[in-house]
Amino acid sequence: MTAERVLVAGATSAIAAAVARRYAEAGADLVLAARDAGKLSAVADDLRVRGTGRVETFVIDMVDTARQAELLAAAQAALGRIDVVLVAWGTLPDQAAIEHDVAATLACWEANATSVVAFLAQAADVLEAQRGGCLAVITSVAGVRGRRANYTYGAAKAGVIAFAQGLRARLFAAGVAVVELRPGPVDTPMTARLRKGPLFIGPERAGALIVGAIRRRRDIAYIPGYWRWIMLAVALVPEGVMKRLNLSAG
Amino acid sequence: MSGYESWGRFPRATPRAVVPIRWRDEPPSLADLPGPLLPYARGRSYGDSCLNDGGTVLDVNGLARFIAFDADRGLLRAEAGVGFDAILNLIVPRGWFLPVTPGTKFVSIGGAIANDVHGKNHHRAGTFGCHVTQLELLRSDGTRLVCSPTANAELFQATIGGLGLTGVILWAEIALKPIPGPQIELRASRFGRLEDFFALSEAADADDEYTAGWIDGMSRGRRLGRGVFLGGNHARGDGTWRGAHPSRLRLPMDVPEWVLNPLSIRVFNEVQYAVLGRKSARAFAGYESFFYPLDVVHNWNRAYGKRGFLQYQCVVPFDDGLAVVREILDRIAASRSAYFVVGKVFGSIRSPGMLSFPRRGVTLAVDIPNRGPEIFALLDAIDALVIEARGAVYPAKDARMSPRSFEAFYPQWAAFARHVDPAFSSSFWRRVTAGLGASDGVPAKAQATAPSAPASVAGAGGPSAATAAAGALGGGA
Repeated sequence: MTAERVLVAGATSAIAAAVARRYAEAGADLVLAARDAGKLSAVADDLRVRGTGRVETFVIDMVDTARQAELLAAAQAALGRIDVVLVAWGTLPDQAAIEHDVAATLACWEANATSVVAFLAQAADVLEAQRGGCLAVITSVAGVRGRRANYTYGAAKAGVIAFAQGLRARLFAAGVAVVELRPGPVDTPMTARLRKGPLFIGPERAGALIVGAIRRRRDIAYIPGYWRWIMLAVALVPEGVMKRLNLSAG
Repeated sequence: MSGYESWGRFPRATPRAVVPIRWRDEPPSLADLPGPLLPYARGRSYGDSCLNDGGTVLDVNGLARFIAFDADRGLLRAEAGVGFDAILNLIVPRGWFLPVTPGTKFVSIGGAIANDVHGKNHHRAGTFGCHVTQLELLRSDGTRLVCSPTANAELFQATIGGLGLTGVILWAEIALKPIPGPQIELRASRFGRLEDFFALSEAADADDEYTAGWIDGMSRGRRLGRGVFLGGNHARGDGTWRGAHPSRLRLPMDVPEWVLNPLSIRVFNEVQYAVLGRKSARAFAGYESFFYPLDVVHNWNRAYGKRGFLQYQCVVPFDDGLAVVREILDRIAASRSAYFVVGKVFGSIRSPGMLSFPRRGVTLAVDIPNRGPEIFALLDAIDALVIEARGAVYPAKDARMSPRSFEAFYPQWAAFARHVDPAFSSSFWRRVTAGLGASDGVPAKAQATAPSAPASVAGAGGPSAATAAAGALGGGA
């Protein structure tokens, strides 16, 4: 990996921090964006010790779509050209707790779909204009099929998946890759309340797989790869059967 | 709540709750948690000092970030859950090394402080705690105190070797040691008698930064105390910085207990003696194979089967060291159960730690499969010898010492107890202070945190402990 210039949006998530750590150790210049200034500086300090490149921070609530352009401008100013944009923020609400709460349902969409689509659209323009780079977005296996256990979250992720597909086709001509990453369950603060099954992986492993998928410019990468086959099987379950099941993972 | 066990896998314990601490600036409110509390990182303590049966485990593995590294002065500041493995990967290519390291790199910096770990360079460098320049402690009342030899000095001294009982270490700063390269120049020499081990150690203290000896734990009589002495020094760089060798081997299951039997152990020891120090051999080794040979098998503790194993490490002063060490070795050999016996002569550098284990004298570390009552009786008998010699047994490796033994080894314990956070405790602490106390001026609250069932099994917790020079050498075969 040559030294790259990377923007990580949602940099204090466990997976994003693991990805950023790998880039830092490879000498990358980084711009990190997240909501919490204290956590952001803790992550940034760690990367400065590990890496040799520049590490800049930008405090922003990524759900605040009005400020997203500001972040992109700051990242361009800091990095010059941007090689990789990683979109890594999101929330995983407890489905049972929000399903009779319209405000919470819409907030889940704001955090996982609307704000993500808004940012992807703006970042796409930046990369298209520089005619190159990689736009990577973390979705979820939950976006592959709606399930009882997390359909609000899953539907939001499904929206991003479809958006990314179209964007990929548009940006192809400009030499810009759109890498859509679909992790299965990862043992992070976001999944702290879930029971940990054997399919859970650690954030470090997820980070390593994500960096590999980005390097190879994969269109769609399941994290880890075996989720591709699991989700293929899940997708084949007839809806008449599906509605009687309550698959939990992811 | 699996996964919160100690390295010896005995005793077993079940915490009531596990609460992660992920951000040093936003720790959970400890006052709101069901007590007693104990931090836990890698779980490399052998016995129950990292366990908190029925209590709340504060998992600090998420505190794994570096904070600052001054590569000119060799000062490293890191969160408490950062592992020695990560530190080495960072500092060795830049010409620095850990000032003190135990026999595994899979310990956290917090655990290394809480157990005030030592290594093969104790005679030169003292304990790990001697190289801690400052640390931040989170107490259960929510206060955060930066402690150093000059600020909050008593709490600093209590926290070094304090077994995680004085609060949660959030981060620490350590002074590193400059090295000329990643290689160790080592020499091994065989010794036929215990006297020769002492003579070799004494001679090597001046020449070798690192010294330790493997001792045949099965031979008695004329061959009692024979073994192989190992001395090492950092070597000039050869220009090629070798990265960490991967430690991917894992035992897929517990090894059946019959695999380690008196015959197989005897064979191991014979081979070790025959091969390791055939003559006075000199060689170069990567630092990992010199310091961390056992780390190659990630979970070697499973080799002892599902009942786990006990590790016993004692130190006895020099005065009558030889006679006592001889007696201890003979009892171990007679029991026909010792796999690894590692010896080391500790130097006279004092640790700032109040409850620290290392002191001037001879230390022996033994791994013993948990074969039940006769092992416990043996170790009780050895305790008595150690008490008589005014020595001590290492808490980080202990699962069975009696409160009376603990009091004899650590007469300063009551003074230490005044610094124990009232909401903190461990299975070890409850066990060794049971019945002590009331008359010894221990604060009433420290007693109050002790649940009613100290008897045997303990929970998880405790800082990621570390071990001693011990394992390292033993695995050199």
